[in-house]
Amino acid sequence: MAATATTYGARAHARAQEGAHAEAMPVVPARDWPAPPCEAGLLVWAETVAGGNYTHRVLARGTELRLTDLHGDACAHLLLFAADRPWERLNVADTVKVQWNAYLGEGVLLLSDQGRVLASVVVDTAGRHDALCGTSTLVRNTGRYGDGAPQSASPAGRELFKLAAAKNGLEPRDLPPSLSFFQGVRVGEDGALDFTGSAGPGGSVTLRAEQDVTVLIANVPHPSDPRPQYVSTALEVLAWRAGPTRPGDPLWDATPEGRRAFLNTAEHLTARGLA
Amino acid sequence: MKTVVPARAAWSSVVRAGACLTITDLHGNQAVDFLVYDAHDTSVRYSAPDTIHAQGGIFLTTGSVLMSNEHTELMTVTADAVGRHDTVGGACSKESNTLRYGHHTFSQHACVDNFLAEGARHGLGKRDLVSNINWYMNVPVEKDGTLGIVDGLSAPGLSLSLRAERDVLVLVSNCPQINNPCNGFDPTAVEMTITEAAGA
Repeated sequence: MAATATTYGARAHARAQEGAHAEAMPVVPARDWPAPPCEAGLLVWAETVAGGNYTHRVLARGTELRLTDLHGDACAHLLLFAADRPWERLNVADTVKVQWNAYLGEGVLLLSDQGRVLASVVVDTAGRHDALCGTSTLVRNTGRYGDGAPQSASPAGRELFKLAAAKNGLEPRDLPPSLSFFQGVRVGEDGALDFTGSAGPGGSVTLRAEQDVTVLIANVPHPSDPRPQYVSTALEVLAWRAGPTRPGDPLWDATPEGRRAFLNTAEHLTARGLA
Repeated sequence: MKTVVPARAAWSSVVRAGACLTITDLHGNQAVDFLVYDAHDTSVRYSAPDTIHAQGGIFLTTGSVLMSNEHTELMTVTADAVGRHDTVGGACSKESNTLRYGHHTFSQHACVDNFLAEGARHGLGKRDLVSNINWYMNVPVEKDGTLGIVDGLSAPGLSLSLRAERDVLVLVSNCPQINNPCNGFDPTAVEMTITEAAGA
């Protein structure tokens, strides 16, 4: 009789797996992460997300979130919602229009549709990002790679976002256009897009939550990735307690549009008794 | 069917598969904020990123296909007298206007309010509003990424036509913006014409 033919044996087999290690996994508690970028006790989220996979978390205002492209072929597709009030959510059009720039990088504020800041980009060592092309879909990945379902070998970003959204009580109708980090696109004079790809292994982006936010991340190839194979490698996700941007911080006053966005955010949080 | 949409007003209609919607800029330089949904499943709706990605560029003109968030075809631009329309800037809102120009603009008209009011007539709510097309609006992107709404390329009487690739619901806000050149700081009327497919 096999060891797992009984409930006792199956239980023992399952329990014997504790402590196993995979490259892609959450480390719980996060303070056990081997090389913390801050005092270990401040870590609240430590995870390596596999290529073709997704993750999600609710982060408190003032939390910093660092995404790292470990091997050079990660692409972090990102959506943000005001936690517990998901009708306020990332607005990519407002983000680029209000800040007069189509490209993401250090100092860019990720704006909600309510004239407020959800998060700010405080560090960027990669410089290859995209606010224009969104993520991949089931139809497109099926045409390109043969499949796009979440359990396939080539999951589509939108399909993973739907799952991450569902786990936060949200539906496909709640998913607006997303941003992507670590795979860049540039616009020519005639409006044509040029895919610039990755900056290589080790690039990172640090976001600072300026409200309590629900974060959805899908790590899948950029839709403009020209390679015929589905190439998607691990994404490191670390978050730690820090402080939100406050008056006096250079970012607060960097632009008049940004200052008004921070002021609107502060007014909103003050009215709610949250700041 | 021909309808004049007054300055600042909203408009919506179902356009049947194969039918043609023509938008005419009656007085020139008027931005027409535009959203389109699958009429039978409004969770399938216009996706700016899918459209941009599918055609490899940010400007719309003849031949551009408006793609849904599921990467299916909603409408195709079949004629365009202007040559360039915006996919990036989205709609003005009372809230974003406080960032763009100052808090003194909060009481002014804005497209998101038009979309919310007109969308509600079809059971659509705030979560159904996504980045939209701005017909006739000119938004170039410089080498360093700087983008902005600049003077339009349209002129009185110029028009564009769209063929519905399936039954679609179209929502329009005839942009009331008075703080940028998208409509020459002076909103004016546009005309919507729906021509049914031959034999329909």
